[in-house]
Amino acid sequence: MTLEMDQFHSGFFEEAFESLDAMETALLQLDPGAPNAEAINSIFRVAHSIKGGSGMFSFTEVASFTHTLETLLDELRAGRMPVTRPTIDLLLKSTDVLRGMLQATQRKSPVDQQTVADIQFDLEQMLAKRPSAADTAAAVQVASAPTNTSLSSAKPESLRPKQMTWTIEFRPTARLPEPGADPSRVFCELAELGTMALVAHADKLPAFADLDPEVCYLTWTITLTTELTSEAIQNILNWAEADCQLRAEEPASSRPDPAPIASNPPPPPSPPPATNLTPTGDAGGNSAKAATADSNSIRVATEKLDELMNTVGEIVIAQSMLMQLVDGAEPPPVDRIRAGLIHLERNVRELQESVMRVRMLPIRSAFSRFPRLVHDLSARLNKQIELKMTGEQTELDKKVLEKIGDPLVHLVRNSIDHGIELPETRIAAGKSAVGTLFLNAYQLGGSIVIEVGDDGAGLNLERILSKARAKGLVGPNDFLSDEAVANLIFQPGFSTTEVTTELSGRGVGMDVVRRNIEELGGTVELRTEVGKGSSVVITLPLTLAIVDGLSVAVGGEVYIVPLVAIIASLQFKRGVARQLAGVGEVLLFRGDYIPIIRLHDAFNLEPRCHDLDLGSVMVVECDGRKVGLFVDELLGQQQVVVKSMETNYRRIEGVSGATILGDGSVALILDIPGLVRYAAERNAA
Amino acid sequence: MPHEIIQKLYRGMPTVNSNRSTMATNDSAETSHQVLTFCLGSETYAVDILLVQEIRGWAPVTRLPQAPIYMLGMLNLRGSIVPVIDLRVRFGLEQAPFTPLTVIVVLAVHTASGRREFGLVVDSVSDVVDIDAAELKETPSLGGKASVELIKGLAAVADRMLILLNVDELIRRDLEQAQAPAMAGAA
Repeated sequence: MTLEMDQFHSGFFEEAFESLDAMETALLQLDPGAPNAEAINSIFRVAHSIKGGSGMFSFTEVASFTHTLETLLDELRAGRMPVTRPTIDLLLKSTDVLRGMLQATQRKSPVDQQTVADIQFDLEQMLAKRPSAADTAAAVQVASAPTNTSLSSAKPESLRPKQMTWTIEFRPTARLPEPGADPSRVFCELAELGTMALVAHADKLPAFADLDPEVCYLTWTITLTTELTSEAIQNILNWAEADCQLRAEEPASSRPDPAPIASNPPPPPSPPPATNLTPTGDAGGNSAKAATADSNSIRVATEKLDELMNTVGEIVIAQSMLMQLVDGAEPPPVDRIRAGLIHLERNVRELQESVMRVRMLPIRSAFSRFPRLVHDLSARLNKQIELKMTGEQTELDKKVLEKIGDPLVHLVRNSIDHGIELPETRIAAGKSAVGTLFLNAYQLGGSIVIEVGDDGAGLNLERILSKARAKGLVGPNDFLSDEAVANLIFQPGFSTTEVTTELSGRGVGMDVVRRNIEELGGTVELRTEVGKGSSVVITLPLTLAIVDGLSVAVGGEVYIVPLVAIIASLQFKRGVARQLAGVGEVLLFRGDYIPIIRLHDAFNLEPRCHDLDLGSVMVVECDGRKVGLFVDELLGQQQVVVKSMETNYRRIEGVSGATILGDGSVALILDIPGLVRYAAERNAA
Repeated sequence: MPHEIIQKLYRGMPTVNSNRSTMATNDSAETSHQVLTFCLGSETYAVDILLVQEIRGWAPVTRLPQAPIYMLGMLNLRGSIVPVIDLRVRFGLEQAPFTPLTVIVVLAVHTASGRREFGLVVDSVSDVVDIDAAELKETPSLGGKASVELIKGLAAVADRMLILLNVDELIRRDLEQAQAPAMAGAA
């Protein structure tokens, strides 16, 4: 495949995934009672454009699937079929299947034929069931046209509307790859004629080693109850490439009609019996994740680019102005040069901000999977849940956005699973039967706040506390505020063992959620009120590209400590630090003894000062644990641009990245969670 | 003085660059190619010149925690953070003081994990020479010295023996491998 072709492919896939998301959203908004014509139209257009695109790139499987989908949607659009809950559900499943097919095609891996065939069969079934009442035209179609058009027909008018039961022995002949009708297609056709029962006989299947993949070994016995004559059935069987024995079984004018029809082959026996076609509830979430994980490109609004162009233009002007000043008068006018430099500095800062804005995407893309998730999960749990989302326009750095998806899914699932009660319970508690799940995002200063909450039962604080006491996380006489108790569920290991029923899951993996968010430089906080609900508040930095940090010196090297992690920085007073057997040095800070890490020890450096009294200590916090970080000297606060160490090297424990200082030298950025874990391990050892 | 050498090298390089396209396509069927030679003590080493991105004078780098001793640290190469290996130490030679002749040879290699850049500190760079693939001799086994694996082969050019570096192996061993989990000084 040529390079250019690949380029078109990636464009197609990107667009297809986007339109699938749009289709899913539209489906979820579709009201079975009063379907919005425009919405159905837009769904139809998505299917149509995917079909067109995949046809163009010869993704035949996708094209054939979307064709069936499109046929069904066309019926809905024309109002020939009612929009029902099962239809919507089936269409939602189809979007999952389609997404899976596209992903597989994108990765050039084989498509999951089974699932595709199952859903396609269901779609055809759905089409077959459509109530297009007996109209003669349709009957004529069935009788005369042995083509796909008969798909769109139904029970024809018959002279003798008498039910007959026919038994058909269906034996596909010849070899599979030869052109001809798929037996499942024949079955679908027959199923439209009346009530059909299908029994497959696999007794002729040889041992796997002897299996010729091009031969269909299966035979079927079809029992069809219909009011049609044998000709109508024959007409369908005629275009099946198989040996068929047609036999009337039941009463009436019983014309035993053995009609062996010898002809040619059926392609792969795509098995009609619909097996597991229920994608699990998180299918939407997972596939969405997979889709975003692959995309390394970004769509940028033209205004953002114009803004960039403007700023760059300003910088060019400022720079030429400076050049003129330097080249011109002798001696150069220092004041004007300084003014010019200040101007340039402002422009450069603007440029930095504009470039960062290019990386910002609305959080909508992370939120978009939730209507589906809520829809699926609430149906499965028999809960009534209304999802309220606000602030979908809030913009986040692309990288943060990619990584925030999973924690959010986890929190939403938790809320649905354990937060919101069953309708009966809610009514008994005097609340409306419909629970509310809310997702809010907004910007607060230099941070983005995301709230995930519900109006459910809230956390049972007493249980959490007693459990924490039992596990030794909290001392028997410790007094904790409600907030502190609630936040215990973020403790690693809190949920791993048997948790009281009501709480089960509430806390499963909450420590993972917290760790993920802390890796992004954010914080998590939980608020809860018994009987009124709980909410998790996530605070994230606007961007990962720039970090506010404190530069510190240790043994001739400069390190950057992210400001978010620092609680306090102190100068030592004699006697504050103590030596503790088995633990090492500890420091009394606000009433607690916290361990001290000497950064030069951890990093194997020769420090300027060994004496705790001469250096400085920063108190840093992670996972609720505080640690004192001992360094030679605090240098000052600054914003740094984060660069990855892994591009050219590898991950280093205790270092989250690197940056370039004003003098051009490289400074490492400390990974505080890593260092705190290191301290804990050292103490455990 | 180092600048003269570097400039001389750069003057030599345009011809190399013009060969780049043909070299790249003939990679597997290479018959003769140009290598950059450099000195470590009394030995002369060589790397494929197409991998050489630039040669710069030695400047202090930022040390890395828990790194092997030959990993000197990270260098700012026009905004990207590039690891620098002391090749003397890597090959078990005696560490030499950095002189004005000491240079960092920056290599850029496309690997499975993307384009990687890294620097090698060598005593001095000397020349660009042509070597014939047929001239390449296997490295004799010297009794289990680990660094032998970093050598692709030996070539005799004039009266010198060139030791051709196995750059891919160097990347695999020193740059990509997951590091030992233990932090230095954990005791």
